[in-house]
Amino acid sequence: MMANMVTAINNALDLILQEDDKAIILGEDVGKDGGVFRVTDGLFDKYGDRRVMDTPLSESGIIGTSIGMALGGMHPIPEVQFAGFMYLAFDQLVNHANRYRSRTRGTWNVPMVVRTPISGGVRTLEHHSESPEALYSHAGGLTVVIPSNPYDAKGLLIAASHMNDTVLFLEPTKLYRLFKQDVPEGIYEVPIGKAGIVSEGEDLSIITYGTMVPVVKNAVSKRKVSADIIDVRTINPIDEKTILDSAKKTGKVIIVHEAPLSFGVGAEISARIAEKAMFELDSPIIRVGSPSLPYPFPQYEDYYVPNEGKVIAAIDKILSE
Amino acid sequence: MEKRVFDGSINYIQIMDENGNVDENLRPKELTDGIILQMYKYMSLTRALDAKMLSLQRQGRAATYGPSLGEEAAQVGSAMAMGPKDFFVPNFRQHGTYITRGMPLDALILYWKGYEEGIMPARKINAIPYIVPVSTQLLHAVGLAYSQLYQNTGASVITFVGDGGTSEGNFYESMNFAGILKAPVAIIIENNQWAISEPRSRQTVAPTLAQKAIAAGIPGVQVDGNDVLAVYKVVRDALTNAKNGPTLIECITYRMSMHTTADDPTKYRPDADVEKWKPRDPILRVGNYLRKKALWDDSKQSAMEEEHRQTIDAAVEKAEQFKKDPKSMFENIYATMPAMLKEEEDAAVSAQFWMQKNDGE
Repeated sequence: MMANMVTAINNALDLILQEDDKAIILGEDVGKDGGVFRVTDGLFDKYGDRRVMDTPLSESGIIGTSIGMALGGMHPIPEVQFAGFMYLAFDQLVNHANRYRSRTRGTWNVPMVVRTPISGGVRTLEHHSESPEALYSHAGGLTVVIPSNPYDAKGLLIAASHMNDTVLFLEPTKLYRLFKQDVPEGIYEVPIGKAGIVSEGEDLSIITYGTMVPVVKNAVSKRKVSADIIDVRTINPIDEKTILDSAKKTGKVIIVHEAPLSFGVGAEISARIAEKAMFELDSPIIRVGSPSLPYPFPQYEDYYVPNEGKVIAAIDKILSE
Repeated sequence: MEKRVFDGSINYIQIMDENGNVDENLRPKELTDGIILQMYKYMSLTRALDAKMLSLQRQGRAATYGPSLGEEAAQVGSAMAMGPKDFFVPNFRQHGTYITRGMPLDALILYWKGYEEGIMPARKINAIPYIVPVSTQLLHAVGLAYSQLYQNTGASVITFVGDGGTSEGNFYESMNFAGILKAPVAIIIENNQWAISEPRSRQTVAPTLAQKAIAAGIPGVQVDGNDVLAVYKVVRDALTNAKNGPTLIECITYRMSMHTTADDPTKYRPDADVEKWKPRDPILRVGNYLRKKALWDDSKQSAMEEEHRQTIDAAVEKAEQFKKDPKSMFENIYATMPAMLKEEEDAAVSAQFWMQKNDGE
């Protein structure tokens, strides 16, 4: 079927609910309304309020209760309406969801997939556009996934639902309806912990994910360079091998993400390359990210989020060295 | 127009007073003298273990420890009211509940010596590990309770929070969620009057903590938390009613000791306050009752204390034989260990965690 990311995720959730009667969806407006982005559209009608449950407006409540459900043998798939509101549940995620397994040496664990929209570009109010993946990855014990296309979104979400741990599934709102792709109708997995290779090339490596994948693809095609484009897909645990292999092959690395530059995922990736492939590089690594400041109001977001021009400038710079 | 749209009130229950006199009208039929004697022994064992843990901590043989001294009735009475399939979600102080539910003493001691491995048997007694961030655990209890409803197991959940924890957002969120989900859970406030150095009066101007249930639309009740019979009754009633949803229970008790071993209560709490609570001791009053009934005497007391001493000493000895394995830190973070973590583990293990001194010689 041809599907955009919303349809692909909706289809994945439908298959997960069909496959696993312990799986339930819960969150704000996920029921009759089908979610504010319509990601859960139709699932309430198909499965009823026992499987697709509207909750009070309480992010810590949604995640804390989901942890308890998971401990009790269920498989909750909570939705937090926007990542900007998920800080109310930060405590539950980084003090509990990621710790129960180690706290009990594996006797209790928390199989749960937390879905939340991230990143900007859709002209919203404050707190609807953040890219907080580094915060959650730094906590340790949380698997953090960001899809960049409908096919991966469906396969990664199904793979996340088959894991026995908490997975944060961060959905870039900008990509929800940006394009359609051929997506198989049945169940399939895209492996978690494995980066995707968007294109292969010789001149340079561009390591990116989420909203920046289409931006990087356009920049590369405009400059007509031969580039490895790596879509990280799983932020934590990161697929170091794929990244290092590419860095060693091309000797030139640009890392592009929408999240602010400082202390970000790009810092982690460049540190790993510096530690393990430094002498195989022939120019310094370049990081491209948003400025190191909180996400701005809509009229300034185009000046803030990295665009093709910023990526092209980085390509020109690294190829001139 | 103006009319009254809501009225609320909170009842207080006591069955056994400070002198061991029992209100037979309120006493649950199944609470025979034999069961009361059992409660007495569990409370006494809890207190004996508490003393041992303090002593071990002072000798550097245990980590920071939060004593339960004075709060045994709230912990043991609640545990006794649970059914065999029911679950227990503690904060960090309910040693008496763990003990009554059958947690091996050596495992508890191991835990408080600073090993997470000690909590592993909790799963077998349907208990969640000790939880430290106050009130966060209440939501786990609500979700766990809902999972029992969803899977139609008939099991319920009890969970604990302190008086300080009732000031947290998660406390209210848990009651509210539990009400909406009709979760079979009893949320028990172990109101020991102190949150480290802050008295109950710094937490809220509400005259009772039980009345916080009213805002969430669920039943709330206040109980003499030093009366093990009354605690038993209100928790049992809450669990009997759990198919209709949650209950909030406020146990009025007193923290006779420090918050944890890291704290010195003489800095902020007058001794006179503590003295006032001594006659209300939860174990003393049950002892008085049993003696009046000729079920207990000094020789039985000495025999029990000796038995507890031996049990605890054996448990300490077993716990101290535990062989640590720092590798286990890495092994249970994910169901499947990622390559990046495996690499860190291998480096640490091959260097023996850099524990050998290296002077460069």
